[in-house]
Amino acid sequence: MNEIMTFIVTLIVAAISYSTPLLFGTLGEILTEKSGNLNLGVEGIMYMGGAIGLGGVFYYEKIVGAGNANVIVAFAVAILFALLAGALASLIFSFITITLRANQNVTGLALSIFGTGVGQFVGEYMRIQAGGYVSISNDLKEAFIASPFPNFLQNIPIIGDILFGHSFFFYLAVVLAICLHIFLKKTRTGLYLRSVGESPATADAAGINVTKNKYLATIIGGGISAIGGMVYIVTLAGCTWNHEGLAGFGWLAVALVIFCLWRPLSAIWGSVLFGALMILYTRLQIPFIPTELYKILPYVVTVVVLVISSMRNNKEKQPPASLGLAYFREER
Amino acid sequence: MHNEAKTPLIRLAKREGIRPASTWLIRIASILVALILGSFIIMITGVNPIEAYGTMIKGSLGSKVYLQQTIKIAIPLLGCALAIAPCFKMRFWNIGAEGQITAGALAATFVVRQLAGKVPSLVLLILMALASLIGGGIWGLIPGFFKAKWNTNETLFTLMMNYIIIGVVAWLQIGPWQGRQGRMAQFPAEAILPKVFGIHCGWIIVLVLVVVVYIYMNHTKQGYEIAVIGDSLNTARYAGMNVGGIMMRTMFLSGAVSGLVGFIVASGANGTLASDIADGVGFTAITVAWLSQLNSFVMIVISMLLGILTMGADTLQTNLNVPVSISHIIIGLLLFCMLGCEFFINYRMILRSKAHGKEAASK
Amino acid sequence: MAALETVYAIELRNITKRFGSVVANDGICLGLQRGKVLALLGENGSGKTTLMNMLAGIYLPDEGEILADGEPVTIRSPKDSFKYKIGMIHQHFKLVDVFTAAENIVLGLNDGKHDMKAVNAKVREICERYGFDIDPTKKIYDMSVSQKQTVEIVKVLYRGADILILDEPTAVLTPQETERLFDVLRNMRADGKAIVIITHKLNEVMAISDEVAVLRKGKYIGTVKTAETTAQQLTDMMVGRSVTLNIDRPKYENPLPRMKVEGLTCINGEGIKKLKDVSFVAMGGEILGVAGIAGSGQKELLESIAGLCPIANGSILYTPIDGNETQLVGKTPKQIKNAGVALAFVPEDRLGMGLVGSMGMTGNMMLRSWKKGWGPFVNRKDPENLANKIWHDLEVVTPSVDFPVRRMSGGNVQKVLVGREIASAPSVFMSAYAVRGLDINTSYTIYNLMTEQKMRGAAVIFVGEDLDVLLELCDKILVLCGGEVSGIVDARTATKEEIGLLMTTVGGKEAE
Repeated sequence: MNEIMTFIVTLIVAAISYSTPLLFGTLGEILTEKSGNLNLGVEGIMYMGGAIGLGGVFYYEKIVGAGNANVIVAFAVAILFALLAGALASLIFSFITITLRANQNVTGLALSIFGTGVGQFVGEYMRIQAGGYVSISNDLKEAFIASPFPNFLQNIPIIGDILFGHSFFFYLAVVLAICLHIFLKKTRTGLYLRSVGESPATADAAGINVTKNKYLATIIGGGISAIGGMVYIVTLAGCTWNHEGLAGFGWLAVALVIFCLWRPLSAIWGSVLFGALMILYTRLQIPFIPTELYKILPYVVTVVVLVISSMRNNKEKQPPASLGLAYFREER
Repeated sequence: MHNEAKTPLIRLAKREGIRPASTWLIRIASILVALILGSFIIMITGVNPIEAYGTMIKGSLGSKVYLQQTIKIAIPLLGCALAIAPCFKMRFWNIGAEGQITAGALAATFVVRQLAGKVPSLVLLILMALASLIGGGIWGLIPGFFKAKWNTNETLFTLMMNYIIIGVVAWLQIGPWQGRQGRMAQFPAEAILPKVFGIHCGWIIVLVLVVVVYIYMNHTKQGYEIAVIGDSLNTARYAGMNVGGIMMRTMFLSGAVSGLVGFIVASGANGTLASDIADGVGFTAITVAWLSQLNSFVMIVISMLLGILTMGADTLQTNLNVPVSISHIIIGLLLFCMLGCEFFINYRMILRSKAHGKEAASK
Repeated sequence: MAALETVYAIELRNITKRFGSVVANDGICLGLQRGKVLALLGENGSGKTTLMNMLAGIYLPDEGEILADGEPVTIRSPKDSFKYKIGMIHQHFKLVDVFTAAENIVLGLNDGKHDMKAVNAKVREICERYGFDIDPTKKIYDMSVSQKQTVEIVKVLYRGADILILDEPTAVLTPQETERLFDVLRNMRADGKAIVIITHKLNEVMAISDEVAVLRKGKYIGTVKTAETTAQQLTDMMVGRSVTLNIDRPKYENPLPRMKVEGLTCINGEGIKKLKDVSFVAMGGEILGVAGIAGSGQKELLESIAGLCPIANGSILYTPIDGNETQLVGKTPKQIKNAGVALAFVPEDRLGMGLVGSMGMTGNMMLRSWKKGWGPFVNRKDPENLANKIWHDLEVVTPSVDFPVRRMSGGNVQKVLVGREIASAPSVFMSAYAVRGLDINTSYTIYNLMTEQKMRGAAVIFVGEDLDVLLELCDKILVLCGGEVSGIVDARTATKEEIGLLMTTVGGKEAE
């Protein structure tokens, strides 16, 4: 009994650590899609966020000298650099799709190619610059994965592990999810943004600046998604550039958006579920099922989710009505 | 005039027909812009961009061996772009070519394992090709079926299918089909595509495909159906087309061609199967198809261009220590510029100061 | 002196707007006064909506100026438009389906706090004052068309609009609802609001307006006082010449039943019955008109016959001249064609359903013939010949038969579509709103083509919106109300009033 309990607790803890990058990626894409923009470049955005966020911390530590780095500044640098990288990538996407009205699907794919290229380029470049290995002091590495809560809370049996044992980033993501929910559901600005995604012509006629809303949502959304890439690198990858490990996170995040029906709060448990699927093979060995096949579980589940969600038909559970479409006021 | 002074600085109007020459001029200009932007990135690494581009060209076209390598890179790109073109014409966003290549290669490898040594080489190769067509086709058909039946989002579906089949091959590679050290054994000699002019004969196959796809898209009933569906689903239904069936058929054919590319890569270039056999070709091919405006002859040029970039980036890394991923960045930039330039082909901008004169002139 | 002149709430001076080479508005002058209802009269395509869209901030004029209370202003966006207290109720409602009425009403408002309770209360208060009946918390997708229109009107009132522009507000309303709307408009006029009503219906102009401004083909023809004019004069101004709707209606000797529809019921994707137990007979050699308020099941009726709309119940029997009946229910368009049923269908949404916008005339001719011929290749020769024939016979204005039809004007697009459908020598010819958006000359061309089909012995089914046309063109008129047949009348003897009544009632009880 105790063993099962321990197993479940470790599984949940591990699932949450894998869910955090996904949750950032998903929340960013929800914000983007609520404006009617379908940005398929999340994979590239997360790569850029990962590499440039890591780069920020790496050079920060290099400048102040190892050992002198302030943990709070390091967090801020990591988040800021990732945010800016993602915002820049999404700015390119926004300019091409909103202002130049190119096809969003293809532009998103192009951003994926470009972003993974930039991510790898920066990662490799830093490796070359650092003489073979990007190293960050152990103090910072530990700080990135440490829980922000005091020990006595973490030491509560079971609850301590499940509620208080995660990295700061997870709590940040949860707070962000709640804020995003309140923003979309309870504020006037959120209402305007949703109207842009549902019916840009209506929003335009109501005097809402469609272009501005789309740009802002996409750029901020991209920035949030990029933080997810950074979180993966500084927590799960142990502050080294690992492009193979990061591969697929962005695409799963896009799938999660559909899975959680564009609802930020559902994204929290959705991402934990997907996190669990991603690491289940390391925790729960099932005889006859080889690890390599086990690893594809999240993708199989995504397919099943896609099929099921396409089969149901409910007015409230649909994507934003104008998702993926360009808007041009004088079109006739 | 009071009113005029307050009108926005730039207004847009749809262009009514533009000369083909200017269209291509704009497109070529956009390629140049991309290369210039790329040169800034090269400069970050401390390398002179002109030297870098020179190295890239020398390293991809400078000698017979280099040229052969470049063509080897271009072959699957071209083949896959041809496979994707009908889907994109139909507005079916198939980004699963990666998986369809892998599925095709997997099926071909299965044939090798079953029949190598039992049948003559030519028969073996033909059977491998057929198997790869079916394998890739089925992998394309599955998302096509769900799209046709329940309008399931094909972009994510096809993408997930990539990871699934790649996972399966990764398992075979270290499991039942393992050769040694986690890799599969090389194919026997009779399962290797013969060489023509020093390159495996896959290049002949894809060049034939260029013509076949061109005719298919422009002169056949099925090609017409695809074009109508791409324009309007309702019109297709109105005309009595079986939209779901056509979607599934097109996805099967597209997957089959990608599968054939998988066979060409496995049998011609690599001589074995590995989970990374597609190696991003399926994604890059999307860009080839789109940049060529789905015209199969233009695809030859674009796939060679990307071949040069990829091969050149390899040389760049060896010679000048620039990370090889620079090729992805430049390809991304190329795409951005070419996607953006369509805007300048479709719309014209009216500047405020010029607006009056211009419109008076058009009267 | 300014004091002697009328100061208009809004004045337009020499407004010109072009779309590409098309001049939608050409030097238009117009004045709106408070406490008056101005009717903006003109045919479809005469530029009424374009002109008003420039007041709403949707379009920007190319030339000319706009004055608000005598001051020159630039209305660059809908926001500017609100600033000058202009509110426009568009013909196609600009509402977000998944939002509530109140959420739609506050869209774009900068009134500080986002307090939906206060908004709901204020909406209820406005509704009470003017006698509207809507629930502010109801979602738009749950509303009827007239409720949606009410939301639109409350929306502009909520933001305190003084100048209301209504674009064809009655097109989707029953006569009773129209009367209610007019009452509201009269109240607003009494309140001192300036009201513009865009319409092409003369009776409404006479009933509600104080002044009438007439546009014709983008040009401003003139403004007259309603009390001092007659319907005849307005018609003359609107069409440029005196027209009595003299549509030629020859009689076909010995019409035979061509298609028998019995108990037809259709349920759409959302589970709503769009057609209920519809039965009628279409005769070869007759034009059967279909009348009804927009959205009464006209679209579903034609589409279910064409095999494009799933049928829940009922039978559609096709009887060719040789008498071998074919059941069309359960057949796809392809199977209907293969069964030898020569069915021609001109759908309402021309570019969205009947034509391929990105292709030229030739490519669109192929839509009917692409399957023909042996082997995998398409035959381009015959469609090209047909395209050339239609190009010349129907005087389609296009640079070549390969010019994308999407870029043609509405009338030419319709000619291409009707031309192709007639070329298939149909025995049943169906068309929905065949003349919508067309000028008078093209409309008559289309009427004549339909009459030609009738005299060939084809059964023609014509869904129309203009009752005058239906009464003069058709042999019989079927009236739909809420998806049910409320009556089938002889077009030669029926009156407009009779049909109007049928449009709103089924079996004596008033429709919802």
